[in-house]
Amino acid sequence: MSGAVDPAGKALFIANRGEIAVRINRAAKALGMEVVQAHSDADADMLAVRLADRAVNVGPAPAKQSYLDVDRMVAAAVEAGADAVHPGYGFLAENARFADAVEAAGMRFVGPTGDTISRMGDKVAAREAAQAAKVPTVPGSDGRVADDAALAEVAARVGFPVMVKAAAGGGGRGIRVAEDSEELARLAPQARAEAEAAFGDGGLYVERLVRDARHVEVQVMGDGARAIHVFERECSLQRRRQKVWEEAPAFGLREEVRQALCSASVRLAEAVSYRGAGTLEYLYDPRTEEYFFLEMNTRIQVEHPVTEMVTGVDLVAEMIRIAFGAPLSLRQEDVRLTGHAIEARVNAEDPSKGFMPFPGVCSGLEVPEGVRFDTMLYDGYAIPPFYDSLIGKLIVHAETREAALAAMREAVAATRIGGLPTTLPLHAALAADPDVAAGRIHTQFLEPWLEANPIGPA
Amino acid sequence: MATELRSPLPGTFYRKPSPDADPFVADGATVAEGDVIGLVEVMKTFHEVKAEAGGANIAFQIENESPVMAGAVIAVVE
Repeated sequence: MSGAVDPAGKALFIANRGEIAVRINRAAKALGMEVVQAHSDADADMLAVRLADRAVNVGPAPAKQSYLDVDRMVAAAVEAGADAVHPGYGFLAENARFADAVEAAGMRFVGPTGDTISRMGDKVAAREAAQAAKVPTVPGSDGRVADDAALAEVAARVGFPVMVKAAAGGGGRGIRVAEDSEELARLAPQARAEAEAAFGDGGLYVERLVRDARHVEVQVMGDGARAIHVFERECSLQRRRQKVWEEAPAFGLREEVRQALCSASVRLAEAVSYRGAGTLEYLYDPRTEEYFFLEMNTRIQVEHPVTEMVTGVDLVAEMIRIAFGAPLSLRQEDVRLTGHAIEARVNAEDPSKGFMPFPGVCSGLEVPEGVRFDTMLYDGYAIPPFYDSLIGKLIVHAETREAALAAMREAVAATRIGGLPTTLPLHAALAADPDVAAGRIHTQFLEPWLEANPIGPA
Repeated sequence: MATELRSPLPGTFYRKPSPDADPFVADGATVAEGDVIGLVEVMKTFHEVKAEAGGANIAFQIENESPVMAGAVIAVVE
């Protein structure tokens, strides 16, 4: 590809906060870039601001008036003289209008084009793209279902139990499970109303529910022409549909299955001329070894470090280079798996009190030598109450999964975060759990497990 | 005599259950002890704010979708 520009000396505007802003800062500095950090009124003393060359206030504490304000964020980046904008994850990362506005203002967006974000952000369009690329999808309606009668017809063809979902959805809203046609008739109007309220779009689709499925996802990276995969992750341990623990690679996959899954993901990424880092999420049925494409996330993910640990690829640096016009720096055969990595998400929540968020002041922070801890914490830092409760990610890497579990037990035991309750005790328990060790986990595992194994006060 | 109604938690204060809905309590209304007068969003979880005391002619001191600190006065009733 022609027109590649060296990012060194260029200004990168980070339109995000927290630990991912710190992570992006590290990649940008390694590339010799100048870092301009956006922050709200509540984040003036966050770590990413302290580490940045310059910081820009983008508005009041509530995210809607700062980190989610497209016009304000673009204007701030322009005024700061930024050459490129990294959106991180969450906030505006998958907002097509933001991606377009950044490029219309003459800056580079570190991610795919607005068109790709729009297309892959619509679950129905994404599913159609997957089918066109011969990537398996969950049996279900081909697109939006016109009305409740058509919904019942498709459900009967697909087979119960079925799941009804919002076409424009996310975060679990507008989703209903029906065991039979009577239940479907009762729940469909609720799902439609919830989708309408949450997304302003009551469009629904229906698909087969795969019980005890695992959540497996494939990391891809593209330069707009060519794409590669960076292997897969296992992310089945979830609470309220939020991942709490991730691994790379997915355990228990036969090599043929892994290759087929990863190649399918590359096909889809290339079919949509994907640019930057992306993730294809799949339902994996370990009994039949079938995988079904669910959706694509067109951004860097929270759990990207486990992939970096087992492949040695710096995903954030690579996506920045690609945004500056460089072709992929790796060939597929250069990407190799080494060992096993686990990430534990550390949240400012009290697991002994129903995971109540606790925005406290951090003190006595200690992280064991040789363990990767991606965090925005420092001693004396007052965690603001306005944003996500994620405060850090403890990441271990070892030769085998068994050794990685042992490393996680040691890492959790040796990590100290004073001043507030955290989810570290949950991770101590998970890392010592026989079902987790045996890989007997699926997306519905964690919540009943927590009922049976309540976490006591730290 | 005026009574101050305070936020039990830090976060973002909302006067309405959803953006298009009416406020939980209109300006100048009378509230009873335990009435929900708003929501505080703490790290993406929503918690109801209940009036610690009843009173008439409620006057909100904090605007919808504004930050609040724990213990901050949300409204005053007579």
